[in-house]
Formats: sequence, C-alpha cells, structure tokens
Amino acid sequence: MDIGRPLVQTHGLRMDYGHGTGAVHALDAVDLAVAAGETLAIMGPSGCGKSTLLHLLGGLERPSAGEVRLQGERIDHLSERALARLRRDAIGFVFQAFHLMDELTAIENIELPALLAGASPRTARRRATELLDSVGLTDRAAHLPSALSGGQRQRVAIARALSNEPLLVLADEPTGNLDSTATLDVLRLFDDLRATGQTVVIVTHDARIAATADRLISMRDGAFVEETRLTHGSTGRLGALAGLEEG
Amino acid sequence: MPRAVGAASKEPSHGYQLRVVQEILLALLAKDASHGYQLRARLQLALGPLAEALNAGQVYVTLARLDKAGLVRAEHVGQSDRPDRKVYALTEDGRARVMAWLDDTSWPKPAPAEFHLKLVAAATAGLGDPVRIVDVQRHAVLANLAEAQRAALAQPDGAAAGLLLEGVVLRLQADLQWLEACARYWSSMTTKGR
Repeated sequence: MDIGRPLVQTHGLRMDYGHGTGAVHALDAVDLAVAAGETLAIMGPSGCGKSTLLHLLGGLERPSAGEVRLQGERIDHLSERALARLRRDAIGFVFQAFHLMDELTAIENIELPALLAGASPRTARRRATELLDSVGLTDRAAHLPSALSGGQRQRVAIARALSNEPLLVLADEPTGNLDSTATLDVLRLFDDLRATGQTVVIVTHDARIAATADRLISMRDGAFVEETRLTHGSTGRLGALAGLEEG
Repeated sequence: MPRAVGAASKEPSHGYQLRVVQEILLALLAKDASHGYQLRARLQLALGPLAEALNAGQVYVTLARLDKAGLVRAEHVGQSDRPDRKVYALTEDGRARVMAWLDDTSWPKPAPAEFHLKLVAAATAGLGDPVRIVDVQRHAVLANLAEAQRAALAQPDGAAAGLLLEGVVLRLQADLQWLEACARYWSSMTTKGR
C-alpha cells in the first residue's frame, strides 16, 4: 500500500455550538493527518464529536476555529460556491440513510455526480456500469431504490460516492441501517477500498466496519483518546482466540 | 499500552499445542482408519489459516500416546515410499471417549471477572482511570477483531474455516459490547465523584 504525505490535515480544529454558559464544545483542538491511500476509522459514543469532525473534513460545516487542509490547501475559508465544487469533484459521501434519489434508477443515481461534474453521458454511463459491477449489482441497474434492499441501496450509494474518482471518501455510519448479512457485503466493499488504496475516513459505532480500516482512533468529549494501527501484521493471537491453543 | 503490531514474520518455530488434541484426533478417526499425515490434512481443512502455526509433531506424539493408552490401534503397513507407515484405527475405548467428548457441554470462555476486578481496584485505590483502562483494552480487542475479520473475509465462500473465524469475530464483538457497558458505568461513576 502506498501511504504517502497527508491528504487531509486538521490543526487546532474547534467546533462550538451555542454561546456563553450553554456552549457545547463538539470538537476541542483536534489535530489529525490522514495519509493518501490510508483508511481511518473514528469510533466513539454518540455526541463525542465524530460526525461533526466528518462534516468539517467534507466541507459540510465550517469550524469555529482551526484549519482543515486537503492536499495542503485550506478549505475552511473557501466560498460556498468553491466548497460545493470541492464536495462534488473531490469527495465521495456515504451516509447511514443512503440518500439516494428515489425517482432515479440505480445506474442513474451512480452516474449523476459525473454528469453534474461535466462528464459526457457516454463516459458517465460507462463509469457507472463499471462501478455497478464492482459492487455486484449489474442485474439491478434499472431498479429504483424502492425496489432494492437496504444493503443493495448502500452498495449503490458507495458506487455513487466513487463516481468522480474522489480524493477522499467520507462515510458516516455506513452500516448503521443494515442487518448482519447486508453489513457483510458492505464490509467487503470497504475492505476492497482499503486494498485499492482509496483514502477513506469512516465514523461509526460498528466495530466490524471500523475493523476494516488501517488505523483506528477513539474519541470522547470532542477529543482523541486512543489510536491503534490495525494493519501492521499479525498479533499472533488468532489461535488462542479461537480456543485452539493449549493452556 | 498493548500494541497490535509485530510478530507477523516470526511465529514461534515450534508452533502451538492444540487443545483437547486427543479427543479431536480420536473424532477424526471415527469414520475411517487413517495415516497421521491424513489426519493433519483434515485438521488443516477445518482450521484454514489457523492451522499454519500448528505444531507439526504434536499429531504424531499424541497418536503414539493414544496407542499406548489403548484408544487407537496402530497397524504397520509396508509402504516404504510413504511419509509414515502406520495406519491408526479407533478402538472401542477410543469410541467411548469420543462420544463422551461430544456429550460434554463445558464451554471455555474468557472470564470477565479479572478485567472487572482490575477496574474496581484501579478506581478504589486510585491506581488509574478505569475509563482509560477500558479504552486501551477496547483497542487491543479491536486489533484482534480486525485480524480475525480479515482472515474471515479472505476465506472462499463455503469454507469450514470461515465459520470458525466468524465465531471468533462474534465473540470479540460480544467482548466489545461489554467493554462499552464498562465505559458507560465508569464514566458515570467518575462524573459523580467529581
């Protein structure tokens, strides 16, 4: 895997909601660097600030203080227009509730971001066809979201997130609405994303989706409290965990 | 803190000793008499990646012991070009032992008592922040979960070893749920104590 210079960086990132004594510090001076090609999972209890952090990384909200940089360039001061363009061209979002367009078919949902970014209909359709195949839903191309299961909808949403070959994929509880079988399909896709060197940040409660990442960070009360690299080789404990070993 | 890293390239060269190996080998002989190397191959099929670190000699040492104890009967067959020349068959006593093992409902599990008492002691004696201890433990368990899950995802569909790895993953998920309960409890106790 090619882990290079930071693709995303934050410095002293703060987010406060409200004022005075009622103010809530959702993020408290967060410093983060995500390398190009790295997958990062951020876990923590509800209200720990992990979703806020994801929104700031994706330019969906602006911080109260501090910096967000993408490829070394600050994005927290961009105009609304420039931010919208950045979100469209450089970032793929995957949400818990899928956020597909109900009136568009699976393949139309997937090609939409490419069309909005100015790709020709032919190019957009070709790319969407490849993506649909990569998530194993070629035979569902003409289905509306209402005719798809939750797991299939999320796979379409993941394919859509990849439509513009984004620098960064941001996923907010991608398995939050899925049963265990559908979760397994989504786990495989995220494991594939890691293997292909796509830069990904996932925020989640779900240990299984977090466990697909290269690196894990735990948050509490708006700050990072623990960090572990998950892909530095074997712990050598698998036999003991399976109950195979003597003693 | 415990690290999830290292050890990938240097498994202990002797490998690990399989638990309840006598019963497992007896059970593998219940259908047909087999050579030692055939038993090893069946174990490898059932265990997948977990068989890689198995101690190579344990099967043969154990078979010799079972023979001595009258639970298997070794018959020499004259094949000088084979890895071993003995075929092992289950005896009546051996079959009784297998049946007793199948009926045994003991269920080895990681006991939460030790970790629980660690947290109680840390909080009571002010040795450390229990919430912090839970965070560190949670990451150690998550590193194990990541390894087991990657191994499970790498198994071809329908492989028996995939089912074993799924069992490991589900157990670790249960441990993580309990650790979350620990974190909630000790967070609330720490807040009250302020």
